[in-house]
Amino acid sequence: MLRYALKRLLSLCLSLIVASVVIFAVIEVAPGDPAAFMLGVNAQPDTLAALRAELGLDVPKLQRYLAWVGGMLSGDFGTSYTYRTPVAQMIADRLWVSLPLALYALALSTAIAFPAGIYAAARRGQPGDMAVMGATQLGVAVPNFWFAMMLVLIFAINLRWFGAGGFPGWDKGLWPGIHALTLPAIALALPQAAILARVMRSSLLDILGEDFMRTARAKGLTRRQALWRHGLRNALIPVLTIIGLQFSFLLAGSIIIEQVFFLPGLGRLIFQAISSRDLIVVESVVMLLVFAVISVNFLVDLAYAAVDPRLRART
Amino acid sequence: MAISFTRALAPALAATAALFAGTAWAQEDITVAMQLEPPHLDPTGAAAQAIDSVVYVNIFEGLTRFQGDGSIVPLLAESWEISEDGTTYTFKLRDGVTFHDGTAMDAEDVKFSLDRARAEDSANAQKALFAGISEVAVVDPLTVEVTLSEPNGSFLFNLAWGDAVIVAPESIEDIKTAPVGTGPYTFSEWVQGDRIEVTRNPEYWGDQPALASATFKFISDPTAAFAAVMAEDVDVFTGFPAPENLPQFEADPRFQVLVGSTEGETILSTNNKQPPFDNPKVRQALAHAIDRQAIIDGAMFGYGTPIGTHFAPHHPAYLDLTGNSAHDPEKARALLAEAGFADGFETTLHLPPPSYARRGGEIVAAQLAEVGITAEITNVEWAQWLETVFRGKDFGLTIVSHTEPMDIGIYARPDYYFQYDNAEFQSLMETLNATTDPDKRTELLQQAQTTIAEDYVNGYLFQLANLSVAKAEVQGLWANAPTAAVDLAAISWAE
Repeated sequence: MLRYALKRLLSLCLSLIVASVVIFAVIEVAPGDPAAFMLGVNAQPDTLAALRAELGLDVPKLQRYLAWVGGMLSGDFGTSYTYRTPVAQMIADRLWVSLPLALYALALSTAIAFPAGIYAAARRGQPGDMAVMGATQLGVAVPNFWFAMMLVLIFAINLRWFGAGGFPGWDKGLWPGIHALTLPAIALALPQAAILARVMRSSLLDILGEDFMRTARAKGLTRRQALWRHGLRNALIPVLTIIGLQFSFLLAGSIIIEQVFFLPGLGRLIFQAISSRDLIVVESVVMLLVFAVISVNFLVDLAYAAVDPRLRART
Repeated sequence: MAISFTRALAPALAATAALFAGTAWAQEDITVAMQLEPPHLDPTGAAAQAIDSVVYVNIFEGLTRFQGDGSIVPLLAESWEISEDGTTYTFKLRDGVTFHDGTAMDAEDVKFSLDRARAEDSANAQKALFAGISEVAVVDPLTVEVTLSEPNGSFLFNLAWGDAVIVAPESIEDIKTAPVGTGPYTFSEWVQGDRIEVTRNPEYWGDQPALASATFKFISDPTAAFAAVMAEDVDVFTGFPAPENLPQFEADPRFQVLVGSTEGETILSTNNKQPPFDNPKVRQALAHAIDRQAIIDGAMFGYGTPIGTHFAPHHPAYLDLTGNSAHDPEKARALLAEAGFADGFETTLHLPPPSYARRGGEIVAAQLAEVGITAEITNVEWAQWLETVFRGKDFGLTIVSHTEPMDIGIYARPDYYFQYDNAEFQSLMETLNATTDPDKRTELLQQAQTTIAEDYVNGYLFQLANLSVAKAEVQGLWANAPTAAVDLAAISWAE
């Protein structure tokens, strides 16, 4: 198990190094000067030069890359060009919205998908299964921003149960925060739940056809008992993979939902930073997301090993 | 279903609300939404209009200021005297003005602010406003003498810009995140990505404003903007980004819609140095190929005033020259043939993100195609636009709204991105700068407008409208936007 974990850890580090080079190169190559963006159309050349010097943009690229990576290793993400505040602080502030939102959505999606998937698998081919599959078909097909707009229309504009968006901040209390994140979380969770329920169902159905399941039935368990005791555990591996992917997606991919609900999360930060060529913020946020995705994959790998002892033995 | 249910319930809710309304206190706070969030809060250190929208005359004040109608009035300067030759301005400062940190505002602060803006390492986005200043001298704590190298008829106007506000050396260090000014509101909190809060300044030198506090919220998505207003999450939305939704607000008694003018001349900018646009006939053909009203209707849902030159229609010196470049595809084709392009030609059309450009660009391209000009559309982000179009001058056509007030002077700069080089116009601008007599200035301004219109420097499309939506009870909002500002002190709630 330890060797397995170490091997995964090494591959994680290599991925991070490659990612940092690619991110830096791609973003620095894209046209657009942050100083010119800030000063607008009436800026004079000497003003631009003064600002570029102030921001440290006149330093050679390689040196900037090394300073950036070195800084990140020591926890210093640099200072935003446009906001002039430490990037680490900005990211931390935004994570306090994006991370709870992603977790909230993931919890909702799992809470919906597990029962739905199991229910459908247990009633394969019956009307209940058909209904669940029909609903998930719809959930997969409809884009989440459309869901989001429908939710706003019904629950914010017509019923007035929720605000149309925005986030009061956790310092205003736990409940106002959760309340504000509910609609976005539902909008994010529904399509994910649909995918997850389908995976859960097909994974369970695959397992139900396995020999060991027949054995379980043969030794006297009912269909349902066999499903719960032996089926579920074995069906979890593909489901875990999907959950891992979904968490990364929810964290990095909520840009559109954050726009629709004007939430001050990571997605919105990266959106603003790209349009104002706040390169250092873009680089750091993308790097952080890469780190998150790679770490989640790492954890999922470890979780496989926990669920499936054969994976431990194989390495 | 949900909709009809709430409709049925609405009268009952309204009756309940009315019960409470009698006992409620007059509302003293307001939530003002806008599309863009300021990058930081130093109006003297960036071009972003969002900064001015939050801080101008709320947190920071200058020697003079813009009013809602675009006129310039004294603010921190109580009065001034201008020397005979027009080069020395002696400002008498208002007594008893303090910054939010308690320090007094005096002549030293004025000198500091102006010197900082024109310094060699200044990061002021409008440094040119201060270029004519040769010396700023402190006469006594309440008197400042500013010497110009030559007379400048628009000096008092320049001082009203957000880039010319008075700041203090004591608090300059943290101005970007904790702005300290002399205005009626003090900065309280900034939740980045979400909102900025300001509170009434009890020590303000002038009258206490009606609103005790205000929250600026930043909602960039047009659909979200619509939802936020409809759900009454915000009280005011300035620069409302979804003109297609305005009729819905107009029909709803809960809201009022304000349609005013901005200083934004929206133009089809033309690279005057790039062939074939170096040929005046081609530029003239371009001008006649364009149907302004179709662009206004199609791209702006009818909001916007057609212009025939680079000048704001609400300005007293404005000349309506739209007839000079009326929509006439036949004439455009004839002119192109005369210029040797009977079969038309190909060019590029760079479109920055705002909808006036992206939507307008599609229509312009179609109109140009009708006379045989193929414009290949490239959508660009602002940063890219600044780099390739503005700085690199690597473009044929682009659509952009020039939002700086009174900026016809850019036509006197041959290195400006559209590269119009006309010595006659340049000397005209020099004469204008040295002229202080209002009648003479009007005459010169009109001459300037005619010159660029007749040279067909750019395609002049329309003056960008300033669209705001607010709750019906909000009073005192600026309909026009002579400069980017939300003048909180002028706003109040109807009883």
